[in-house]
Amino acid sequence: MSLFLTLLRRDLAQLLLGGRRGGALLPVLFFLAVAMLFPFAVGPDAPVLARTGGGVIWVAALLAAILPLDRLIEPDLELGMFDQWALRGISEEWLVAVRVLAHWLSFGPPLMLAALPASALVGIDGPTLRLVELGLLVGTPGLAALGVLVAAITAGLRGGAALGGLLAIPLAVPLLVFGAGSLAPGGETGLALTAAFSLVLLAMTPFAAGAAIRSGRG
Amino acid sequence: MDACRLAAHDLACRRGDRLLFAQLSFALESGGALQLAGSNGIGKSSLIRILAGLLEPFAGSVERTGALGLIDERPALDPHLPLGQALSLWAEIDGLGFLARENCADRLGLAELLEVPVRYLSTGQKKRAALARLIGQQAPIWLLDEPLNGLDSKGIGLVEELTAEHCRAGGIVVIASHQPFALSGLARLELRNFAA
Repeated sequence: MSLFLTLLRRDLAQLLLGGRRGGALLPVLFFLAVAMLFPFAVGPDAPVLARTGGGVIWVAALLAAILPLDRLIEPDLELGMFDQWALRGISEEWLVAVRVLAHWLSFGPPLMLAALPASALVGIDGPTLRLVELGLLVGTPGLAALGVLVAAITAGLRGGAALGGLLAIPLAVPLLVFGAGSLAPGGETGLALTAAFSLVLLAMTPFAAGAAIRSGRG
Repeated sequence: MDACRLAAHDLACRRGDRLLFAQLSFALESGGALQLAGSNGIGKSSLIRILAGLLEPFAGSVERTGALGLIDERPALDPHLPLGQALSLWAEIDGLGFLARENCADRLGLAELLEVPVRYLSTGQKKRAALARLIGQQAPIWLLDEPLNGLDSKGIGLVEELTAEHCRAGGIVVIASHQPFALSGLARLELRNFAA
């Protein structure tokens, strides 16, 4: 248990502060910037904004989650941290699970908070906002898992960061379809499907990413 | 220290389409020390990684009793953190008390540097920090890949002293280095004798 807390604290400090690499504020600011720009581009037509705003928030959340991909796994591989952990008998699966949790904590709750001002900017109403928040609550863990998975697979490749973004976006489409779909009239079942897809990603990621890290050694 | 053992049986290593070495065997018991010698690119680091279990051998097997400690060219310390905090991550994982941490840092002459971010440290200072992590780990088997790189003559003397102590306490040391290493009872394994 104390090992878990030690690693979680270290991963969180890495992701939140992350040295000089921007930290967790960047995805949130990016998210708010998209929400702010959208009304400028579409024009001040309140009904149109309200109808499309939820979807925009989802797209912005997805893109914000992809921003920190390149510092999820790669820096620790370069530093030899994973090798030192392996020598101490700490499995990669376990390390990845801790990292998914840390990654989610560093962007999930901040995005859910930022969704409040963002919803005002795109003019969506209370019930829709509730659905957006619920959707983000069940969808962002899946995005976190997907981010770590893609980061582990592309770590060490040339241009890994760009490739990671390209790989993550199509894989995140189901989350987007069900998550944003839950905002349409009668689309509430979308939430359950978002949660289901999140769970699949959460269950799969430690094993897939762990295997990717191991096979990247050599 | 508990009895430990490290043995290699008919190891072969392939990198890309090149066979680096083959039919390599040795066995080390408690207190044993071995230097892997050879020119650059002959496979010293690959052999260390095979012994550490981080690289699959092309053929053969490694038999080991006891935990492993590894020093290689990467310090495994967060660059933007002060050295003291970066080391304390490993001290916590290895279950090291506060006093023991101080001792490790003092032993390597790092007491003055604990507040300095790791990225400002020199190569030699990072090597010393990695050695502090290694002695804090208290693993019976030490795998040292070029442990003398970047160290001044005082640092080299310190590494030789630490390894001698470790062997006397019943530990095993494997050193991959092209530099001479002063340690009594240090066996030498020329990798070119196993080149394929």
